[in-house]
Amino acid sequence: MMDSRIIQQLQTAFPDLTASEFRGQTRVVAPVESVHEVLEALKEKFAFDLLVDITCVDYLYYPDAEDRFGLVYLLANAETGRRITVRCFVNDTDPTVPSVVGLWTGANWLEREVWDMFGVCFDGHPDLRRILLPEEFTAHPLRKDYPLQGRGERHNFPVITRAEG
Amino acid sequence: MPLTSVPHLGDLAHDESRPYLWTMNFGPQHPATHTTLRLVLKLDGERVVDAMPDIGFLHSGFEKLGEHLDYNQYVTVTDRMNYVSPMANNVGWHLAVEKLLGIETPPRCQSIRVIVAELARISDHLLCLGAMGLDTGALTHFIYAFNPREQISDIFEALCGARFTNSYTRVGGLMRDASPKAIEMIRDFLKQLPKTLSDLERLMNRNRIFVDRMKGVGVLSKAEAINRGCSGPIARASGVARDLRKDEPYLNYRDFDFNVCCAEGGDCYARYLVRLAEIRESLKIIHQAVENLPAGPVHVAGTGRGQSHFRGVDDDRQNNAVGAAKIGTVPRVILPDKEAVASTIEGLISHFELVMTNRGFQTPCEEIYCATEAPNGELGFYIVGDGTSRAYRARCRGPSFVHFALFPHLIRGHTIGDVVAVLGSLNIIAAELDR
Repeated sequence: MMDSRIIQQLQTAFPDLTASEFRGQTRVVAPVESVHEVLEALKEKFAFDLLVDITCVDYLYYPDAEDRFGLVYLLANAETGRRITVRCFVNDTDPTVPSVVGLWTGANWLEREVWDMFGVCFDGHPDLRRILLPEEFTAHPLRKDYPLQGRGERHNFPVITRAEG
Repeated sequence: MPLTSVPHLGDLAHDESRPYLWTMNFGPQHPATHTTLRLVLKLDGERVVDAMPDIGFLHSGFEKLGEHLDYNQYVTVTDRMNYVSPMANNVGWHLAVEKLLGIETPPRCQSIRVIVAELARISDHLLCLGAMGLDTGALTHFIYAFNPREQISDIFEALCGARFTNSYTRVGGLMRDASPKAIEMIRDFLKQLPKTLSDLERLMNRNRIFVDRMKGVGVLSKAEAINRGCSGPIARASGVARDLRKDEPYLNYRDFDFNVCCAEGGDCYARYLVRLAEIRESLKIIHQAVENLPAGPVHVAGTGRGQSHFRGVDDDRQNNAVGAAKIGTVPRVILPDKEAVASTIEGLISHFELVMTNRGFQTPCEEIYCATEAPNGELGFYIVGDGTSRAYRARCRGPSFVHFALFPHLIRGHTIGDVVAVLGSLNIIAAELDR
């Protein structure tokens, strides 16, 4: 199969890459140090020129999980539609991954959303600000230790009265 | 609002070298944004030098909710993402869940899902086309486009009782089968829509004012469309021949004869034409689906005994179970008829086996991404299953979010009047943008 050839070539270039498949979806897991090079190779050499999505999963309460945050990069080829998923895991109290805005301009907002929701920092991002939540917000609400109903933000929301405004 | 009091807008507020530039707020509440979003425009006279979108006004934590509602309950939230075509979201969500569970719905269910998804596409495109006319001053066009939308709402009402927030799909099936009356209404609609379409075409396609406002405005090149992750009609208007219905056929799209509509221009007018052409292709698909609607059940078969019956099935077999083909090993995932729940003990038991918090269906501890071709572009769900009937993570990749990031790129150098033209052609739905 075509995919296995890609995986083989990728693993020759990046020996610490692991690959798996589930329901026809090919996934590779790259260490955070080399994830940028892996994505660059996939874009330049293997023609995965479309960045479909960047997202993140917080594995805090996941059964048998070892790492805290799992980044998900969904790539596709715009011509053939073939897809590949690239994962990388980060752990620290201050998780950081390299930004891919240099590779795909479209990554800008996607990375800002992950920063906003999970607090994963993207090293080299030109404009890493919150995107959906207000700038004053202190938490990262899609983390698993953040409660569904919030921590009182709704009740303590600053209300600007007509007289003040 | 003075921009100095909005520090996060960064360098847009001040430009020492060009003090004659001024900034203007567009939105959050403005008739031409159609929804709640804010643009800060930096203007040189009437020309837009730069624009900064400010979003998040409608953020309501859909992805967080997805972690607390079960796979059937969450469909009501997907209605509220792109509320212009909720059926397409319903179908997209449950396809993703079914991919995670490894089940395939019977042919009749797939055909009905295709029909409702294509009706949703028509309804979405009609609103977008109508609003494009409205924003550029053609109110008649808007009214013409809205009439058939009313008919589509009637059809949805006949199918599931709701006109707007449909929640029609269920894991492994539909809320209920399509009634002969609904099918008849769809047939009527198929007969009437072509006339409206040709009215719209004659009204606008060569309308001097409309074409002047649309042509050459907001040009997106093919390379930029790929680089910025565009999908759907916006990518196709720039010449990216990518349609998930063809590239990775889900449901039974493989069985239908239709074309992928592309344009070369990449401007607002090209996006208008692509959407218009797609309505005709959708009509073709619905026509084929209605005339060849398979008989049979709309739900996947199951043991009917609820989850407890197959907890012992080894993982491998469960992972490979394919729909109705393996009755007996397939978990019951479909909710029983409400009538059966109310009148039989078996129905009541299987209902509770699915909805009680300590029961429900077992999902594999796996992660999948499933994308569908929603009216606006690629609508993808990334679901992480953790063995329970609630998603551990339910990421929604909404096309509006990716497309709105294009806006500053498209508007630079155009006049302030073009803002609404570009905004309309991108068809930004803020509820999907902010989720």
